[in-house]
Amino acid sequence: MTGVPMVLAEKVSKNFGSNRVLRGISLQVDPGEVLCMVGPSGSGKSTFLRCINHLERVDGGRLSVNGQLVGYRQKGDKLYELKLKEAAFQRQDIGMVFQRFNLFPHLTAVENITLAPMRVKKQSRTAATARAMELLERVGLEDKGDAYPTRLSGGQQQRVAIARALAMDPKLMLFDEPTSALDPELVGEVLDVMKGLAKSGMTMIVVTHEMGFAREVADTLVFMDEGVVVEAGPPRQVLSDPQHDRTKAFLSKVL
Amino acid sequence: MSERGADRVTDPAKKPATATATAADSADAIVAIPLRHPWRNVIAVVLLLGLAVFLLDAAQRPDYGWADVGKYIFDRRISQAAWVTLWLTIYAMVGAIVIGLLLAIMRLSPNPVLKSIAWLYIWIFRGTPVYVQLVFWGIVSLIYPVFTFGIPFTTPWATIPNGIFTNLFITAVIGLGLNEAAYMSEIVRAGLLSVDEGQAEASTALAMSWGQTMRYVVVPQAMKIIIPPTGNEVISMLKTTSLVAAIPLSVDLYGVSRGISAVTFTPVPLLIVASLWYLLFTSVLMVGQHFIEKRFSRGTGRLKAEKGAGTPGTTSTPTPAPTSGPAAPGGPGVARTPGAPLGNDFGGKG
Ligand SMILES: Nc1ncnc2c1ncn2[C@@H]1O[C@H](COP(=O)(O)OP(=O)(O)O)[C@@H](O)[C@H]1O
Ligand SMILES: [Mg+2]
Repeated sequence: MTGVPMVLAEKVSKNFGSNRVLRGISLQVDPGEVLCMVGPSGSGKSTFLRCINHLERVDGGRLSVNGQLVGYRQKGDKLYELKLKEAAFQRQDIGMVFQRFNLFPHLTAVENITLAPMRVKKQSRTAATARAMELLERVGLEDKGDAYPTRLSGGQQQRVAIARALAMDPKLMLFDEPTSALDPELVGEVLDVMKGLAKSGMTMIVVTHEMGFAREVADTLVFMDEGVVVEAGPPRQVLSDPQHDRTKAFLSKVL
Repeated sequence: MSERGADRVTDPAKKPATATATAADSADAIVAIPLRHPWRNVIAVVLLLGLAVFLLDAAQRPDYGWADVGKYIFDRRISQAAWVTLWLTIYAMVGAIVIGLLLAIMRLSPNPVLKSIAWLYIWIFRGTPVYVQLVFWGIVSLIYPVFTFGIPFTTPWATIPNGIFTNLFITAVIGLGLNEAAYMSEIVRAGLLSVDEGQAEASTALAMSWGQTMRYVVVPQAMKIIIPPTGNEVISMLKTTSLVAAIPLSVDLYGVSRGISAVTFTPVPLLIVASLWYLLFTSVLMVGQHFIEKRFSRGTGRLKAEKGAGTPGTTSTPTPAPTSGPAAPGGPGVARTPGAPLGNDFGGKG
């Protein structure tokens, strides 16, 4: 541990036109930590995740990953917007998993996993494929390497998507409701993979409605509403003894 | 349309075996007098009679010169000209697809300069008649007899005689291709826009650049949408090549037919000859297009199933079921078999 937080957000704000989606988010995620984020739909959770890997531009405040400002370079007291290439370079350290998997349907599982390592990191096909097989084994799909996404169940697709993100050797993994699109019986297999990942020391930010997972895996649980962090703390404490009325109201609906 | 509906109701009467088999469990099969369509038959008979009269009359009319049609249909000059038309089509379409792809990508790029250039290009080339454009390209060599390189109003560094636009075939390919590119770009753009945004987002999140995202993720998926209308454009281009007379290029199918008839004073038989050749080419293209479309609509069917995979319930359903299902009772053998090997050829690419 270097002592540098993996993610440090200080009063991060983001507007879509007049819609103030994030209104001063401050939080910190240390290396190896798992932060779970809950909150009603539209509260800005996805937007916050997308800001972290610069899929969206931050409008105000400071957001840094591993000590590096996201999307900007600071020179003196001036901020310069990063070039597209530099922004892409920053993303190499951040893996993202989406609610709808977003696997590439024209590529097999292995090809999905090897595409970015080969094209971005210029790995050889042999090296990338070997690594892909390793990752598929890790998510329990070593026999599905040649399968196209349409041939896989939702749970299998999401596990391939996790393997695809891991293939870039990220330091931080972002999960945006990774199990929300799954049949109930397929949720467990994806959560198991994520638990394994957390145990191996991966730093993770997980937007989820799986309170059991949050309770078991998260170091910190954050409740977000209307673009602000309403409450944050150890999951047991937040879940059993919420301090704010809004948290109480939300938890009473999902628990 | 209405006939189909009627057929469905009357089916039990025609084929009681199958109908009762499905309906037996719930209720008695419907036995009904089929709906009659007397006027439909009357009109069909009248039209057929009219056509017969026209054909009998045409066969006797000397202006049609059927003997000349037979004489020129396989004339070497004609078949060579048909070859020219075919190559004009191929070169112009290849150019149009490449430029169209570039234009479409430029229009969707985040760069406002590229966007504006593409917009301007499409505005001009789609907004003026192709005939007028061809006339223009035909006189470019008069406007620019030489290409000069250098700083304006100083002594040029190099002067190259304009060889491109003095070659009328190349001029025709350029004229047709540049015009078609504007239309192709719209087709390509629609294809690119049809790809789910999540695809580009996932690719970007994997640290791939915008160009890599386009090339490896978006364009390959857009192909399914792009290819069928491109077939239409090929057929359309084949016929549009007859406008190269505007350049004036006269070695294409229509040009040569016109040339021959100008000497023999038999315009009608040569028009028929040219039309038969155009019909032959377009028919072959239409058959090819039919199979390609079938192949790629199967692809989009799979795409839909794939989207469904995200929603609960449909995940375990094997996808080919809906496509192979209707095929079994539909056309056994005749309709499917020719498509099958072709489909495999394309499928091999993955
Ligand atoms: N690209 C966008 N353009 C405009 N508004 C957006 C965009 N993305 C999200 N929003 C808005 O931001 C708000 C928060 O959305 P989101 O971050 O997706 O919430 P959550 O993930 O918590 O459900 C919503 O009101 C949504 O309409
Ligand atoms: Mg969301």
